[in-house]
Amino acid sequence: MDFKKQFKEGLLTKNPVFVQLLGMCSTLAITTSLFNGIGMGLSVTIILICSNVLISALRKVIPSQIRIAAYIVIIAGFVTIVDLLLQAYLPALSESLGVFIPLIVVNCVILGRAEAFASKNGVLASAVDGLCQGIGYTVALVIMCVVRELLGAGTFGGGILNGGQGIRIIPEGYPALQLIMPVGGFLTLGVLVALFQYLMSRMEKRKKEAAEK
Amino acid sequence: MNAYLQSLLGILLSAILTENFILVKFYGICPFMGVSKKIDTALGMGAAVTFVMAIASAASWAVNEYLLIPLNLQYMQTVAFILVIASIVQVVEMFLKKAIPSLYQALGIFLPLITTNCAVLGAALVNVQKQYDFLQSVVYGVCGGVGFTLAIVLFASIRERTEQADCPQCFKGFPIALIAAGLMALAFMGFSGLKIF
Repeated sequence: MDFKKQFKEGLLTKNPVFVQLLGMCSTLAITTSLFNGIGMGLSVTIILICSNVLISALRKVIPSQIRIAAYIVIIAGFVTIVDLLLQAYLPALSESLGVFIPLIVVNCVILGRAEAFASKNGVLASAVDGLCQGIGYTVALVIMCVVRELLGAGTFGGGILNGGQGIRIIPEGYPALQLIMPVGGFLTLGVLVALFQYLMSRMEKRKKEAAEK
Repeated sequence: MNAYLQSLLGILLSAILTENFILVKFYGICPFMGVSKKIDTALGMGAAVTFVMAIASAASWAVNEYLLIPLNLQYMQTVAFILVIASIVQVVEMFLKKAIPSLYQALGIFLPLITTNCAVLGAALVNVQKQYDFLQSVVYGVCGGVGFTLAIVLFASIRERTEQADCPQCFKGFPIALIAAGLMALAFMGFSGLKIF
């Protein structure tokens, strides 16, 4: 087991959002304030670790013909638990994420990791994989949130800092409201993915040049 | 009765245009990006999703009304609905294989993938949240599917061109498609003031 490699994959080379382009529904829909992004990211991370562990533990018991259905039921169970916990202890987050919490069930990141990793690897490795992919997902959401919130509402840390108002950076009246509307989700993600691809290709180029020398 | 008809029309209008499933509510982005390279497949996918959504909305309404509420098990909604949807997709798949093999061939892998389409589960959950009755649920499901089809077909026709276009290397593929989708969402924002009643 190679923790460092798994971590790098989750955060950079196989980032669930910027490279694998999985789980885009929630990425686009809820990234309007830092509070939402962190809340959603952590919820997905917890569910991802739990479902990865359970699926990996049961990988020899579940018949392969019905594995997808079994995975979905396992994931749905954990999602329900998280949903109820959030409703009880963090009603503000539950309110602001709304239907996108139960929709984590069909978030491709979780099912994708179950199929691609947890069904083939041991329990500990799967837990680490869940953690790394979850961190990658959370970081991507937070970046999206920060960009959209700053340009769209002119604030930073909405929902958390300054009594939920966020710290105002751009004066009122200047921010482009469209960026926290649906349009902004598509545009921001498009530009960020392009930026990510550009940086990755430059990194590879440098590696190649270094290898040639 | 008149007010009821108005509510149905309102659902129809909002599900297709003002609150388009893909471009405004972000349900079902994965197939939207994945299956929109050709107009034909986009149309097939849209039709299949609409069909499944109509049945799933009706079935999940029935499950909620006659099973979960009497047993006081509303907290099991998510699990119950995803099971209902998965089995409906399975049944539709088997039915199409026997009855209309040509359509089954055309849809291929996209058919089982409908299970994990947020649009289907999203519609079922929204129906419960908004306390729609049976007819309203079905109308919402069908119109959501129509809105999905509209967006994915329009997008596929744009994308067929952007694939050919000359754009910076790092924007090739998904990024430029996302930007195009963003511009489409901007156009759909124009519907937001639309109100008949």
